[in-house]
Amino acid sequence: MRAAVEQRARAYRAPLNTPRTRLLRRFPTHWLFLLPMLLLVVVFFFVPVILNLILAFTDMTLSLRWEFVGLKNYVKFLQDPLIPQIAKNTLVYVSATLSINVIFGLFLALLTTYFVKRENVGLAFRSLWLLPRMTPPVVYALLWIWMTDPTEYGLLNMMLQAFGLPPLSWRTEYPMATIILVNGMVGASFGMIIFSAAIKSIPVDYIRAAKVDGASDLGVVRWVILPLLKWPLMFVTTWQTLSLLASYEYILLVTQGGPNHRSEVWSLYAYYKAFASGQYGYGAAIAMVLVAVAVIIALLMLRIFGFRRLMELMR
Amino acid sequence: MRASSSNSTPNPNPTPVGAAAVEAPPRRRKRKREYAHLTRFARTKARLYAALPYVLLAIVSLPIVVMYSWLLMNSFSKKTLFGFIPQELTLNNWRFLWEPLRIGTSVHPSIWTVTGNTLLFAGGVTVLIVLISTLAGFALSRFDFRGRQSIMQLTILLHAFPGVTLMIAIFFVLLYLMKFTGLPFLNSLWGVVLVKAALEIPWSAWIIKGFFDAIPWEVEWSAYVDGCNRFQAWYKVILPQIRPGIAAIAIFSFLAGWGEFIFLYTFIFSEAFYTLSLYLNSIIGEFQVVEYGVVAAVALFYMIPVIVFFIFTQKGLMQVTVGGLKGGR
Repeated sequence: MRAAVEQRARAYRAPLNTPRTRLLRRFPTHWLFLLPMLLLVVVFFFVPVILNLILAFTDMTLSLRWEFVGLKNYVKFLQDPLIPQIAKNTLVYVSATLSINVIFGLFLALLTTYFVKRENVGLAFRSLWLLPRMTPPVVYALLWIWMTDPTEYGLLNMMLQAFGLPPLSWRTEYPMATIILVNGMVGASFGMIIFSAAIKSIPVDYIRAAKVDGASDLGVVRWVILPLLKWPLMFVTTWQTLSLLASYEYILLVTQGGPNHRSEVWSLYAYYKAFASGQYGYGAAIAMVLVAVAVIIALLMLRIFGFRRLMELMR
Repeated sequence: MRASSSNSTPNPNPTPVGAAAVEAPPRRRKRKREYAHLTRFARTKARLYAALPYVLLAIVSLPIVVMYSWLLMNSFSKKTLFGFIPQELTLNNWRFLWEPLRIGTSVHPSIWTVTGNTLLFAGGVTVLIVLISTLAGFALSRFDFRGRQSIMQLTILLHAFPGVTLMIAIFFVLLYLMKFTGLPFLNSLWGVVLVKAALEIPWSAWIIKGFFDAIPWEVEWSAYVDGCNRFQAWYKVILPQIRPGIAAIAIFSFLAGWGEFIFLYTFIFSEAFYTLSLYLNSIIGEFQVVEYGVVAAVALFYMIPVIVFFIFTQKGLMQVTVGGLKGGR
């Protein structure tokens, strides 16, 4: 089919021999179609990557003067007493949220597509779990701010009160747990969608064959479904690693990285350095680490999965 | 097929797979028959087993239900029991609709100006994304040229690439664009529209390319036979064919623009250009301690497009979300 289409595409010549079409033919039309996208992509992806690299070598502050200082920012970075804590926070945050996203996402997908036999119910629950993702971040953050409210008006404290316990200041007591759950609840839906699409595409014969051989439902999951989810699992893991490394929107909204930097992650630290204390050069140097990691993971993804499989997984 | 786990005795009346649809009896009776061969104890066990996934799902989903019902209930009530059971109904929390909110001496801008800004922003993002990605998707789907494959790989990579890491550099891009052109790229909605659209376009071009791929070549061919050039064929013949695809990316772009926070928060400095996300963010800080009701009402007002989307959404549209889920943020 594809070959036939391509053959016809090759056979195609400009339809009429008028001055206008002649002009069009001489001008490569496909680049005209692509121009707006390429322009935006160059201005807002490529130029920023290069600009970030250059900025990291300058002492750029609010005065906006270009002063190249060589590796000074990176030296400062190595001596920054906060960096070890930020790095640790990032590691904990990314790995914990990632496990929630993958494991809980898989759990939701299995329940809604395999165990729940009524399709409408499964669909309803999947939509429900998509709700946090579709909700504007500020509203979603508000819901968590209310849940973890330090006074007796917060949901968690109301529950404590019901057991006769005094209210707790959740966000200052457990800042990491809070941001992990905040992001996990949104992130789980990504795994859920990818996995349930993959589970649905498993031929029902495989499952029936396993059942005939006496497999229980859990056996089917373990021996039929999970092996077939290898690629989706790897895809979700790498993809989520990439986006979690860069995610700070919800953290900024819910805990502001506090208290005392206890829930501040790498990307938020770079953001604060640049936009709160005006040290753009230093902020860019910190962000450079992330940009480099992101570029490497993105290229690795292309390498591991290959273009064709990546296309299938993203459908 | 509802195969129960404790199926030790053979099913008394096995239904051949293909015939199941033909002789489907009323559901109630069929269920009774399904468990009929089991003892009373085993029957209960089988029923419990079948109900277990529903119960599990309901339990883990409970927090979401509670959270959103709090939003609804709290916005309409003066006092609540356990946070979401309304005690005294009131519309006072919705007063921001007819008068600007005040706290202390500061007066917040009118909600309608803010909503207008948000509509402008989300609309601008939508128009830009739809226009540019239908152009690019068409080229990627229908033209055979050198570099096509690399551009497609690039689109995928850029979709995976987290754009927020580039925040600082994008700030400088906007700053210098402003310096060179004299146009307000920073502290203006249009500047942020460009940024947001640029970050979303790799995904939407990708999705819309799939829709172009599905149109038979003959359709386009006939346009050329009738004397169209490629732009005319794109505009007059192909675009009307992919209306569902355009609708899908338009809706998702609109919701993405509507919910946008971080770029607006960073690149907009004056209250005149506040959108609903910035407005809500500023009142969360001020009203949170005093009145959750007002904040909940504003949040619910802000959520209206999302709610509309959830009510009218269809199975088909939900499937498009797969690619649109950007990250675990």
